[in-house]
Amino acid sequence: MAWLDTRQKLEILADAAKYDASCASSGTSKRSSTSGPKGGIGSTEGMGICHAYAPDGRCISLLKILLTNSCVFDCHYCINRKSSNVRRARFTPQEVVDLTLSFYRRNYIEGLFLSSGIIRSPDYTMEQVVEVARSLREDHDFRGYIHLKTIPDADPELIRQAGLHADRISINVELPTRAGLKRLAPEKDTDRIEGAMGSMQTEMIDNKDARKRYRHAPRFAPAGQSTQMIVGADDASDTAIVTRASGLYGNFGLRRVYYSAFSPIPSASAVLPLQRPPLIREHRLYQSDWLMRFYGYAAHEIADAADSVTGNLPLDIDPKLAWALKHRADFPVDVNRAPREKLLRVPGLGVKAVNAILQSRRFRTLRLSDVARLTASIVKIRPFLIASDWRPVMLADRADLRSLLAPKLRQLDLFGT
Amino acid sequence: MFCVTLDAPDDFDGWRNAARNLALSKVPAQEVSWHVGASSGDLFGGAALPQVDPSASFAVPRPFVDLAQSAILHSDPERFALLYALLLHVRAGPGVVQDRADPLLRRVDMLAKAVRRDIHKMHAFVRFREIEAVDGAPARFVAWFEPDHHIVRANAGFFIRRFANMCWSILTPECSIHWDGNILREGPGAERGDAPAEDPVEDIWKGYYSAIFNPARLKVGAMMSEMPKKYWRNLPEASLIPDLIAGAQARESAMIAASPVPSKNIEAIPGARENWTELRAEAMTCTRCALHCTATQTVFGEGPADSRLMIVGEQPGDQEDLAGRPFVGPAGQVLNDALAKTEIDRSRTYLTNAVKHFKHELRGKRRIHQTPQTPEIEACRWWLGREIDAIRPPVILALGATAARAVLGKAVTIGKVRGAAIPLPTGQELWVTVHPSYLLRIPDAQKAEEERARFLDDLRLVRARLDGARLETV
Repeated sequence: MAWLDTRQKLEILADAAKYDASCASSGTSKRSSTSGPKGGIGSTEGMGICHAYAPDGRCISLLKILLTNSCVFDCHYCINRKSSNVRRARFTPQEVVDLTLSFYRRNYIEGLFLSSGIIRSPDYTMEQVVEVARSLREDHDFRGYIHLKTIPDADPELIRQAGLHADRISINVELPTRAGLKRLAPEKDTDRIEGAMGSMQTEMIDNKDARKRYRHAPRFAPAGQSTQMIVGADDASDTAIVTRASGLYGNFGLRRVYYSAFSPIPSASAVLPLQRPPLIREHRLYQSDWLMRFYGYAAHEIADAADSVTGNLPLDIDPKLAWALKHRADFPVDVNRAPREKLLRVPGLGVKAVNAILQSRRFRTLRLSDVARLTASIVKIRPFLIASDWRPVMLADRADLRSLLAPKLRQLDLFGT
Repeated sequence: MFCVTLDAPDDFDGWRNAARNLALSKVPAQEVSWHVGASSGDLFGGAALPQVDPSASFAVPRPFVDLAQSAILHSDPERFALLYALLLHVRAGPGVVQDRADPLLRRVDMLAKAVRRDIHKMHAFVRFREIEAVDGAPARFVAWFEPDHHIVRANAGFFIRRFANMCWSILTPECSIHWDGNILREGPGAERGDAPAEDPVEDIWKGYYSAIFNPARLKVGAMMSEMPKKYWRNLPEASLIPDLIAGAQARESAMIAASPVPSKNIEAIPGARENWTELRAEAMTCTRCALHCTATQTVFGEGPADSRLMIVGEQPGDQEDLAGRPFVGPAGQVLNDALAKTEIDRSRTYLTNAVKHFKHELRGKRRIHQTPQTPEIEACRWWLGREIDAIRPPVILALGATAARAVLGKAVTIGKVRGAAIPLPTGQELWVTVHPSYLLRIPDAQKAEEERARFLDDLRLVRARLDGARLETV
């Protein structure tokens, strides 16, 4: 009987948590249950592991739940807001600990992602969240991954404790613009959120410094902090979103910014748009995020790739190709001579392919067929490259290059499944 | 022809010894055939391996050894021969290991990549079922798994590091591994039936799986590429997938249908309004774009809070900027005349601008109007949105392209959209016409007269819409 009860609560509280996109379990310190004092369970090896995938294409790496979905706030985009008509449930910290361990032992998950609606006061809620992490780490010597969502208004000491137990800490900025937040989440405040991120970053820098001096200084949130923005619930353009993300990466040293395409929620507020933004928009934002983090693009360069009127990225082609098509003068790039930064700008060449090209060209002069072996599709890359036996003279100057490279429009199959 | 027989499909040490001998004896790759286990050997019989001095050896770059250790776990029977060929290739030129465009290296790289993926998927998709503790014997966790390649032994370390203090077994068709908390034992291959058939926690896990799925964003392709069907039969949650996919569309439609729909008629929309006075006070200190540096003040909209018509202009002009009120300059005069002629009461209309600061260029002592550009319009759209929220007029009239763009969020051609209502997503109506200052700038008198008449026609349409009832009775 007890299990049945847990299952119902779990379904309510997992349902409430699914709008948080973050599910990473990577990038933390290396731990295992064979080293150190005996008796622990769990390991982290740097690389995240996705234990299952749901049909929405998102991975399930962590047990992602709320401690409770009751909330005193009334944020319009949120399924758990005060005025929403959803079933409410609440786990005790002990129940969450038991559930996490029994899932972990069966190799269903990498660890726990715990968030919560705000009940009574931010401090009280945060205490409960920290208690779960403390119990897992101290009572059960759990060495798997813990991601805690913190509440910006909670006492800084509680947030510090969260950081001592968790691998990753996150605070959601929720909406890309200050005005959007004010409109859709009247009780939240950009300054408070950014203040909390800032103090978290200070704490992490201090900890890094302490660990240089004292070998046994406890680790503080070794997987850093992340945040999430909802896309399409207000009218912020892609340019605004990317600029905001780049500011967050720069100002607060975030590890990740997640973009969550607003999707219809049960019992929605009237202020929200009825139509969801296309999922591909979210995808384009992630692509531009990658361009900023791994390909050396600045936010204004992404903005450059966007439509100058709407400020949105094209949906039919990726932002890197869009940028390249607007900067035709920078291409073609010579694979045998160009520096790394230039090669990274070639649409279709990823970081791995560029590394392979750089390694390989120390031993041979690359021909087009050599490059083809290192990449997925040479046809799409060809117009932007010079190789020892290839120079795209007419191709690089064609006015209709975009239509050659954009994916072909496809008639939908009426009777397809 | 030499024939090498290895002990096991993942016997790296056996391969290494044989390959070292063969390479030292300069045996070309096509002269060797490789076998696993006690096979009867090559059809034509293989010669014994050449004898070499046991102390003789040679060095290969470290990355080659790493690559070979991975690639040898692949199920491709050609892997031993490919690796030996690559070894000879590397001995001829050690740089080959870094020459990623080399076709042979690329092929072996691909084998190693497939193996790494299989190893990773095993980390992810092994599902233990518990055999509960019975008098004295501790609880045991047993999993059944079917890997593509010979990775089980290589993967044992991961599960030991993770579950060091649990007793567990992983059974596969080829071999099985058992951990009792201290020692890893290997056993023969097993069958699915040897693992426990169920675990009560699986039901809870399935409940979690279906609850965490968001039916409003179905992306089956993304799931399939990371969790291909071949793994499904050993994943308890996979049995739910077909039903979840089938029900997703209906669940999403139900959510949308249950959402409150914005009112379709053009009466004012009830609900909490923004406080206009506060909004205006806030806008007075706006620094959202650079225009505030050169303009005198913010020219915010004005009019009664219950206006049923909102007129949106482009931006304040020279006189508006000084007066702090919209439509008081020459264009304002034209608008006033037109409103009077079409019997629209200006005192019951809310007047505002798309951009709230005066954008201009100094030419001598005169401030010459400049059309606001995208960044300024975008920066100011936010204020306009909140003004619309505060006033909630059923009908909005945009004067000129800038205003239309600020309301709609996209550029439109006035000639194409004038004379008909554009429904807004909020249920309001947008009408578009030219800006009155355009009427002042037409050089040709006759054309100016025509345009004035068209402007009045547009205003009459708006008035008719505002006062639909009266129009019908006329």
